[in-house]
Amino acid sequence: MTSAGTVGRTPEDLLPGGPLPDSAGHFGRFGGRFVPEALFAALDGLTAAYAAARDDPAFAAELDGLLTAYAGRPTPLTDAARLSAHVGGARILLKREDLAHTGSHKINNVLGQCLLARRMGKSRVIAETGAGQHGVATATACALLGLDCVVYMGEQDTRRQALNVARMRLLGAEVVAVAAGSRTLKDAINEAMRDWVATVGTTHYCIGSVMGPHPFPMLVRDFQRVIGVEARAQVLDRTGRLPDAVVACVGGGSNAMGIFHPFIADPSVRLVGLEAGGDGVSTGRHAAAIAGGAPGVLHGMRTFLLQDADGQTQVSHSISAGLDYPGIGPEHAWLHETGRATYRVVDDREAMDALRTVARLEGILVAIESAHAFAGAFDLARELGPDAVVVVNCSGRGDKDVDTAARWFDLLDHS
Amino acid sequence: MLAREAARAALIGYLPAGFPSVDGGISAMLAMVEAGVEIVEIGLPYSDPTMDGPVIQAATGAALSRGVTTRDVLRTVEAVAATGVPTLVMSYWNPVERYGVTAFARDLAAAGGAGTITPDLPPEEAEPLLAATAEVGLDPVFLVAPSSSDARIARVAEVSRGFIYAASLMGVTGARSTLGAQAAGLVSRVRAISDTPVGVGVGVGTPAQAAEVAGFADGVIVGSALVSALVDADRAGDDPGAAAAAVRGTVAALATGVRSGRAGPRPLPSGSAW
Repeated sequence: MTSAGTVGRTPEDLLPGGPLPDSAGHFGRFGGRFVPEALFAALDGLTAAYAAARDDPAFAAELDGLLTAYAGRPTPLTDAARLSAHVGGARILLKREDLAHTGSHKINNVLGQCLLARRMGKSRVIAETGAGQHGVATATACALLGLDCVVYMGEQDTRRQALNVARMRLLGAEVVAVAAGSRTLKDAINEAMRDWVATVGTTHYCIGSVMGPHPFPMLVRDFQRVIGVEARAQVLDRTGRLPDAVVACVGGGSNAMGIFHPFIADPSVRLVGLEAGGDGVSTGRHAAAIAGGAPGVLHGMRTFLLQDADGQTQVSHSISAGLDYPGIGPEHAWLHETGRATYRVVDDREAMDALRTVARLEGILVAIESAHAFAGAFDLARELGPDAVVVVNCSGRGDKDVDTAARWFDLLDHS
Repeated sequence: MLAREAARAALIGYLPAGFPSVDGGISAMLAMVEAGVEIVEIGLPYSDPTMDGPVIQAATGAALSRGVTTRDVLRTVEAVAATGVPTLVMSYWNPVERYGVTAFARDLAAAGGAGTITPDLPPEEAEPLLAATAEVGLDPVFLVAPSSSDARIARVAEVSRGFIYAASLMGVTGARSTLGAQAAGLVSRVRAISDTPVGVGVGVGTPAQAAEVAGFADGVIVGSALVSALVDADRAGDDPGAAAAAVRGTVAALATGVRSGRAGPRPLPSGSAW
């Protein structure tokens, strides 16, 4: 049974469950819960509330309704004919999360989590944000559902992304600039966790990616899974077969996990994640947790992370604020370790070149985050040859990045 | 380490290694012991201290930017343990795992350490630490919080040795004007389940609060109030001697508070404050 406006998805498809993670939140040796004891009750409560919601058709129906009538789903699958020619003939299909409300895939997760927060009787939602996309999405969902919203953002990022700070405030959220540590995303997460320890009775922490302590990696994956459920049906409908590869950028990894997950059981489909290479992995100034990191524990999870010889977290570097994070979601670490997905690196220059190419050949200004996926997809499409079908997750739009791009390409008049 | 049958509660003092310098930190800890601290917790500075408030963040952040390493922490343990007081390392989990759990336990024991306190390592993930500490005779200490269910308290009690660390309130480290009303209730819930002594920390900073906690717990844990004295001295550019004197004064007042707290262990009335 398909509800109005959906493509190949039913409310029942949205939140499927499955063997991973195990009941303690492990994906193989990754994941788990490495948090202060004070948070265990809240994590157990969230796990139980989610399990109950998943079994409640009314919850899935409400979420499905919002995804359709509010967020604008399903998002289209766009044939990128000029990009296909650019890469030698392989068919390039774009999953257009940039067309979702608020301009990225982030809305999928926050609608799910904020509905869950309301169901749990929490009146206040807190979130971390780097570039501001998750913060804007959270502020949006809180406005819609009548919840108080506080967004933690590294002080350095509030200056780099001043426009998104204003957007969140317009939506009624309080934005707290975090001056601790490196003043970036990882420190915003630390501060959000400190808030949550003291406020768990009234507050839900709406984590923005497939990271953190169990159940968040599972929860966010399940809410983002709609991307892949739709894409799989759309590509089958369009081409009559499964794609040869599905490609996405990976910071924490929520857009990638969302589009990968429904394809995991299709062994012929390559899953390829692109980490942010910054100035290049060899320079040490990058955000590639798998390519340049080692297993460890950060923000409640065991995963790959950038760390020094003493286990101190290293500061990541990327032109893309949304990928500028020293860790990666634990399920990605697992997919990497099992070989089911492969992870490659795209540096700042390659990403910016791809951003310009997509703009000029397709008339789509993509987010710098998503541009990493395009750069990786171009290489992969050339490797796979002209008969291949490659799906690229176009995770967000690039309006927020015009300033950065203008400086990078020297596009402004100097008078 | 702590005794349920002791005549009075023990005063447990926390300072991070490497602040204001490795040697300055050692001096402050030795001053703390001279002034009456009976168990020392040495903090291992970490880049992402999600359980710490601004005071401890300021000190550990400065220690890291001044280059403190895990080896420096072990050297600090050696200097403090040489006084004969039980000395534990309090560390977030990743630095221990990165050092190697077995190697860390071995080197900590060799330095004279008495145990570990790992605030972000739950019992569920603790098997490697339990094995490594048992091997070398260290006490692994785990935490309970006011939100802990009785089942979780039982789980923590099962794996904790030496003492159980009870967080007095829901929140990060740092002095508060009033002690959480949940602290006494939490201690009585732990005691209903376990014979292991209970130390109470987080938000305990004044002599009056120390006295109050000494009335119902086996150990009174003070951190931020001591670190604060060091941070103030560091900001004022005081020499290490003055910093140590500031710590000594704070400890002496707290020790007086602890001694006034109680003459012996007494059970709480059932159901009080919870």
